[in-house]
Amino acid sequence: MNFLANKWVAPWLEGLGRIALLAREALGSLVLLRVPWRSVVYQVYYIGVKSQSVVLITGAFTGMVLGAQTYFQFHKVKMDTATLAVVSVSMCSELGPVLTALMVAGRVGASIAAELGTMRVTEQIDALRTLATHPVDYLVVPRLVAAHLALPLLTAEAICIGIGASYWVGVHLLGIDPTYSWYNAIRYTDAFDVLIGMTKAFIYGGIVALIGCYKGMTCGEGAEGVGRATTESVVYSSITILIANFFLTLSLGSIVHLL
Amino acid sequence: MIEVRDLKKKFGAQPILDGVTFRIETGESAVIIGRSGGGKSVLLKHLIGLLKPDSGEVLVDNQSIVSMNERELLPVRRKFGMLFQGAALFDSLTVAENVAFALRHNHRMAEGEIRRRVATALEMVDLPGTENKKPSELSGGMRKRVGLARAIIYEPQFMLYDEPTTGLDPVVSDSIDQLILRVRDRLKVTTVVVTHDMRSARRVGHRIFMLHGKKIHAAGTPEEIFHSADPVVRNFIEGVSNPKEITF
Repeated sequence: MNFLANKWVAPWLEGLGRIALLAREALGSLVLLRVPWRSVVYQVYYIGVKSQSVVLITGAFTGMVLGAQTYFQFHKVKMDTATLAVVSVSMCSELGPVLTALMVAGRVGASIAAELGTMRVTEQIDALRTLATHPVDYLVVPRLVAAHLALPLLTAEAICIGIGASYWVGVHLLGIDPTYSWYNAIRYTDAFDVLIGMTKAFIYGGIVALIGCYKGMTCGEGAEGVGRATTESVVYSSITILIANFFLTLSLGSIVHLL
Repeated sequence: MIEVRDLKKKFGAQPILDGVTFRIETGESAVIIGRSGGGKSVLLKHLIGLLKPDSGEVLVDNQSIVSMNERELLPVRRKFGMLFQGAALFDSLTVAENVAFALRHNHRMAEGEIRRRVATALEMVDLPGTENKKPSELSGGMRKRVGLARAIIYEPQFMLYDEPTTGLDPVVSDSIDQLILRVRDRLKVTTVVVTHDMRSARRVGHRIFMLHGKKIHAAGTPEEIFHSADPVVRNFIEGVSNPKEITF
């Protein structure tokens, strides 16, 4: 039992504490407006624009598969026209934010960890410090702000393309009535579903950027250290997103229910 | 003035520095020599607060820096310039952007004035016209010179050099030594050089400190060190290994 506590629990708690301290430092920088806005714009471009293809393909094919599968089940009980409504609600509140965040964790989180990890092992982060620049201000804050901004936009894009692709499959390949499909989709998709999805995306952006930055800035020596940091960044971000999604669904759902 | 008092540092269970004490006066040029892996770079990083000691004091202009956090250290670090062993240039930036980094981030200065000072700094390190090159297009010696230009552009009071001539051929090493002397004499900076290149140590140092056995083993002017009768110092200067240390 002691062995488990020393080998797994203690380092895990330590890592969690360090990420919390990193988040606090970044928040302090944001509050005091120590934000290099040019870097933020570049990071928004890198995280947002450069992730287009990944997010579009993920959104489109998720919507198409979900639409087809829902149709096959609903068709048995003659509820074909409810297909798009199910896809719309699922994409807005669950699949859109989660799958987009997982794809961005794979593409951007890994890249952040590798870039900052390489900077650490080649002493570039130390050089930054000797030039009287706080690494959190220069490296973490722009990535964090950009991820918070880009993830909701990418998620909105994935949701739109997913619903559109599902509509195309349903109407053109499976023969569902287009008018009733749209009518039901709009009727059953609440504004709160979209709000929940955007809130989740905003939070997942922070998770991806913070874990990527933390893993990069604390990576071990050499190529092996950078490789391990990159892998751990993707794994921990993905797991954190999936676990956070459950708790966010429950808590945000309860808040909406109260409203 | 930089003063180190009874500095101790361990990495895990491995002691690296065990009671290092010395003082470098303003305007002085000090060279720290010692064997590879002996803790010279670790000691240098303590002087600018990149590493925290387990115990002991580091004073910069009579101000203790060991208990300062990262933000409190920023104004202290503005007094320092540092040249890293591998130059540590930001590889996503051009030479000009690297050299101008501190001016853009810490000083409110017009773009024209920044460009002028970048050109002057590059001129000083004999690399005029390289502004638009990327660090990957430069040789090892050129990278170190750009690193030096980046460190001196804001005219620091203290310059730290971490193995400035390691990995360079004798001609380039000589040019780096001359640059260190030029910077020292023109900017009147307090200089600390970590090296195991004895020729370089003799040329650039007013005083030499030898780190051995995790402590300052010997200290003196270059003449005193080079004429020392101490067997450890003699072995190091003459490059004699202890046969007992050779294992196959």
